[in-house]
Amino acid sequence: MTHPATAAPVVQLDDVTVIYGRNHALNNVSARFEPGAFGLLGPNGAGKSTMLKALLGFVVPSKGRMTVLGMNVAESPLAIRARIGYMPESDAHIPGMNAVSFVAYCGQLAGLPPVDAMQRAHEVLFYVGLGEARYRNVETYSTGMKQRIKLAQALVHDPDLLFLDEPTNGMDPKGRDEMLELIRDLGHNKGVNLILSSHLLPDVEFTCDSVVVMDKGQVAAQGPIRELKGPAGRVFELRIKGEQNGFIDALRGAGMDVHATDEDVMRVFVPGDAPGGGDQRAIFALAARQGAQVRHLRPSIPTLEDVFAKAVGEE
Amino acid sequence: MPIHDQSYRHYGGERARPGGAWTVIAWAGIRTMIRKRTFLGLLIFAWLPFIVRAVQIYLATNFQQAALLAPTAETFRQFLEQQDFFVFVVTIYVGAGLIANDRRANALQIYLSKPLMRAEYIAGKLAVLFTFLLFVTLVPALLLLLLQVLFAGSFAFLQKNLFLFPAITVASLMQVLLASFTMLALSSLSKSARFVGILYAGITFFTASMFAAVYAITGSSAFSWMSIGSSLTQVVDVIFRLKPRYDTPWMVSLLVILGLIVLSISILERRVRGVVVVT
Repeated sequence: MTHPATAAPVVQLDDVTVIYGRNHALNNVSARFEPGAFGLLGPNGAGKSTMLKALLGFVVPSKGRMTVLGMNVAESPLAIRARIGYMPESDAHIPGMNAVSFVAYCGQLAGLPPVDAMQRAHEVLFYVGLGEARYRNVETYSTGMKQRIKLAQALVHDPDLLFLDEPTNGMDPKGRDEMLELIRDLGHNKGVNLILSSHLLPDVEFTCDSVVVMDKGQVAAQGPIRELKGPAGRVFELRIKGEQNGFIDALRGAGMDVHATDEDVMRVFVPGDAPGGGDQRAIFALAARQGAQVRHLRPSIPTLEDVFAKAVGEE
Repeated sequence: MPIHDQSYRHYGGERARPGGAWTVIAWAGIRTMIRKRTFLGLLIFAWLPFIVRAVQIYLATNFQQAALLAPTAETFRQFLEQQDFFVFVVTIYVGAGLIANDRRANALQIYLSKPLMRAEYIAGKLAVLFTFLLFVTLVPALLLLLLQVLFAGSFAFLQKNLFLFPAITVASLMQVLLASFTMLALSSLSKSARFVGILYAGITFFTASMFAAVYAITGSSAFSWMSIGSSLTQVVDVIFRLKPRYDTPWMVSLLVILGLIVLSISILERRVRGVVVVT
């Protein structure tokens, strides 16, 4: 199932500021989330969760305007919350209930009749992979299962928009992959709009088509991931022997962008379009001029990590 | 949909309009409590005074020799006073965890991400405690009044004491509202139901002890407003047209009760939020 590219945004923020004490958690944030799967990316403390909580009406911005599904958050919080599902970052459940009761209860809270809520609860629990454990008390669940049940309670009323706050937190690799598959399926095959907040670049890259990169309470970059990553083949993985700092300065002097990744591997962004291996030759020439030996040079596909590093100015 | 397809599908059924979620919360809370055998035992135990009073009324209305036991308006006041103990126990048993357990499990953000207002959440939780407290105060007291009419086979007693019906209702509601709001406010202050229970008991006994100490020193009961229980007693005495047992003006006692309810609402307004902002 696809989402029309020209459709109205599901979420729009105009000049939104949220202040906690003296700290600007969101600082004049303007962002537009189109229908589909949207990533909200940024390091811890960037303001991702605050943005979701402001959209849910948990925190009131001191400035700005927010709309969700075409409705003003300040004017229609209940109508909005009836159409969205929220998977919180921290462990959250209703105490003393088994999984199916909990999810059905959430469905009823969202306005579903009791019988429908119970039926949906069973279906959604099977969908998230908790079908066999649905009569167990939620408090006995493992971390991974708790993440799944949080997704189930967010889905039970069939929301038009899902807010997923760090959905893979604390999950083992297999569980994490399964959760990401579920999210990808929801966003790409089931027609559920979703905003995935995460500091994990691979999670966002795997599940989302577009991204808003947050840093220090501001939007650092936004747009379709494919566009943000730029054309393939313009990034190189490079390892050298010799004086590194001088070489990096030389690369930067030539208009290239350098980000360190592992201990001795750097990623070099080459601007422009030099056909026929001109980029590689330029790097070799610079290395020769700086007296550095190129030990490893490999064209690389730009990842979201590059976009992120570029957006937040990491080195 | 094929029977083997356990994939996600969209919901096309009806949805209730926002505004009724408090009933969902209340029913869930009530169901959770009555599933507990200990609590059911407590409720049955709380009705023992009712049985004793019912027997008393039966004997008084049917046997001349037992005319001494004939109920008066004060009998109903005494009955409600006897129920104070059960109100105290039920308040702690049911109320301590109502919000504290939700805070411990981070459930507030689940609740408040659904189409319900904070007031609805509070109303739902309040309704749980309110229901059980009415079940051990108002319901048995009114039933006793009904039994009196049935056993006597006449409305004479009721006609003579017409004020009893509103008096029982108002006194019970005041007692239940005070207990429900204060307990709910305390429950919103902590993540531990046990701590909340101890805090409620502590406040109840501490204020009573303070008044007892001041009374022992001064010999005057004009300081009964210091005790939550005594303030309630004072007002309920007035409602039942009895001579108030303390020197405190009953309006002062009433103000203490209303003040506590307002304070509790204010605490709930501050504490029941989707996120706690620490600055």
